[in-house]
Amino acid sequence: MTRPLAAAAAGLTLAALLPFAVPAYFVDILSRVLVFAMLAMGLNLLAGYAGLPSLGQAAFMATGAYTAALLIRKLEVGFAAASLAGVLLAAAVGAVFGLIALRARGATFLLITLALAQSVWAVAFTWRSLTRGDDGLGSIPRPELGWLPWPMADARAYYFLVLIVFLALLAAFAVLVRSPFGLALQGIRDNEQRMRSLGYNTWLYLYTAFIIAAGYAGVAGVLRAYLVGAVVPGWSQVDPSAEALLMVIMGGPGTVIGPLVGAAIIEPVAEMANLFTRHWPLVLGALYVVVILGAPEGIVGWLRRRLPARASRPAASERPSEGLAAAAPGEAI
Amino acid sequence: MDTLPLTLLDALSLAMLLFLLSAGLSITFGLMRVLNMAHASFYLLGGYIGLAVWSRTANFGLALLAAAASMALGGGLLYGVFLARFSKEDEMPQVLLTFGMLLIAAEAAMIVWGGNVMRLPPPALLQGPAELGAVTYPRYRLFVIAAGLAMAVALSLLIGRTRLGAMVRAGVDDTETAQTIGLNMPRLFLLVFGLGSLVAGLAGALGAPYLGVYPGLDFDVLLLAFAVIIVGGAGSVEGAFVASLLVALADTLTKTYVPALSYFSIYVPMALILAFRPRGLLGRAA
Repeated sequence: MTRPLAAAAAGLTLAALLPFAVPAYFVDILSRVLVFAMLAMGLNLLAGYAGLPSLGQAAFMATGAYTAALLIRKLEVGFAAASLAGVLLAAAVGAVFGLIALRARGATFLLITLALAQSVWAVAFTWRSLTRGDDGLGSIPRPELGWLPWPMADARAYYFLVLIVFLALLAAFAVLVRSPFGLALQGIRDNEQRMRSLGYNTWLYLYTAFIIAAGYAGVAGVLRAYLVGAVVPGWSQVDPSAEALLMVIMGGPGTVIGPLVGAAIIEPVAEMANLFTRHWPLVLGALYVVVILGAPEGIVGWLRRRLPARASRPAASERPSEGLAAAAPGEAI
Repeated sequence: MDTLPLTLLDALSLAMLLFLLSAGLSITFGLMRVLNMAHASFYLLGGYIGLAVWSRTANFGLALLAAAASMALGGGLLYGVFLARFSKEDEMPQVLLTFGMLLIAAEAAMIVWGGNVMRLPPPALLQGPAELGAVTYPRYRLFVIAAGLAMAVALSLLIGRTRLGAMVRAGVDDTETAQTIGLNMPRLFLLVFGLGSLVAGLAGALGAPYLGVYPGLDFDVLLLAFAVIIVGGAGSVEGAFVASLLVALADTLTKTYVPALSYFSIYVPMALILAFRPRGLLGRAA
């Protein structure tokens, strides 16, 4: 068995067994990890593959969550339709924001996405008659899938629902980034000018990626609303957006599995900090500093460089000296 | 009485604070491409340190000086110890690192100074109202407007007329070439970063008598500063000045006449600029 296949099998086994090894409260944290991994995965398409660092991704998560919650609570729409509407509206908001944000690149893009995301917070915060403002929307029920024997109120049953959605999004992502579309995005990341002169409509590629990323965030938002049973304006603020970007950076930007790795480390740490100290922002802030100083290329990138190269990686085997240098001791993580 | 003159004066005094806050950010962003989220922490901490010094010495000038000096030191340390290692293209690590710093600074301030709104009393000379023809307006805010204008002129001269300014402008336009012709860019970056932090700390203390200092102020002003950078364009003192006027005007007018939309005031100027002039009004950096 090749290494990626073995790793995937081990990961799946772990994901299937872990919820039975921990108490229900921790199962909810596992679901949270997957939800944030979906948010970060979409962001990774932008930040890691297309070279567009967004700091407003949580706005689409909040849009998806509010849409599903409102449709279910106020109009008593079914779960499937409400969830789909949440994802579609998140993508639609992405389509509007993308038009504005893609007027710029690089750090200015980041600044604009942050400001735009704040407008979603402002809508949720000020439109009290619809969203109940700062109180947020509560008592959002979890989906009931009648044909399944397990009620979704059970933490483990809901975890597996989230896991299935996550795996579907992960598979789609792996296909997407290897497709001509994904390769073109990476070309644009490396040199947009050249891709344009090759005849690519680079704007359209980036715009499409922006909308897809918003859709991923929408899925994460819908599932998070059911998980928590509530949604508050804070979901669209800079904190979750920055957290998602940290997950991308920590796991390894431009890698399929990186965001999951980042989420699997950051979410539990943030949750534990929240449990054990009133001053959890200090812990979270320190986590940002440590991660950025300690793992600038991300864990997956670091592992790839450290693990001995295989014949399947011609770039490394052609230049063995580089592989040796990379494996030299004294590298700090 | 007609409220418009008062509203315009309010906008002007807010604009001056905004300018002091974002001038440094605009230069460091334009010059080094460092998007420093913790710039807002300099404003917040400047306010708190001003308060702390005033409560011990009752000397307003000393409070301003302490806020400015301590934030210059803090900015120099932040840049020298943490940010200098990154190259221009590393915007994501820089942003996340400085966001972590913002979280730490905000929580530390919360631990030391608590969660209430605190106000720095203006010095006796600047208390009470002043008569301006038909309009009566708080004397302290007039002082802020005057101080802001003076700083704007000083910064504009510093960047536009001095040797240091010429080096900064060269760095904004083309860092590599500036480096090649022998300019010491690392030292210049450190100096400029410290100066930008100094002005932000000063703005925090200057604003403390009427905006107050409270948890969350850092993020409130950060968003306004970002709007100023987007509208004015990075790397330009004049751009930051004009954009501060526009953003403050939009903010104050909506707060006065359509308060329901006050949270959305910054988006109209921002979207218009991005539609027609994505580099910002006077942006230098491409």
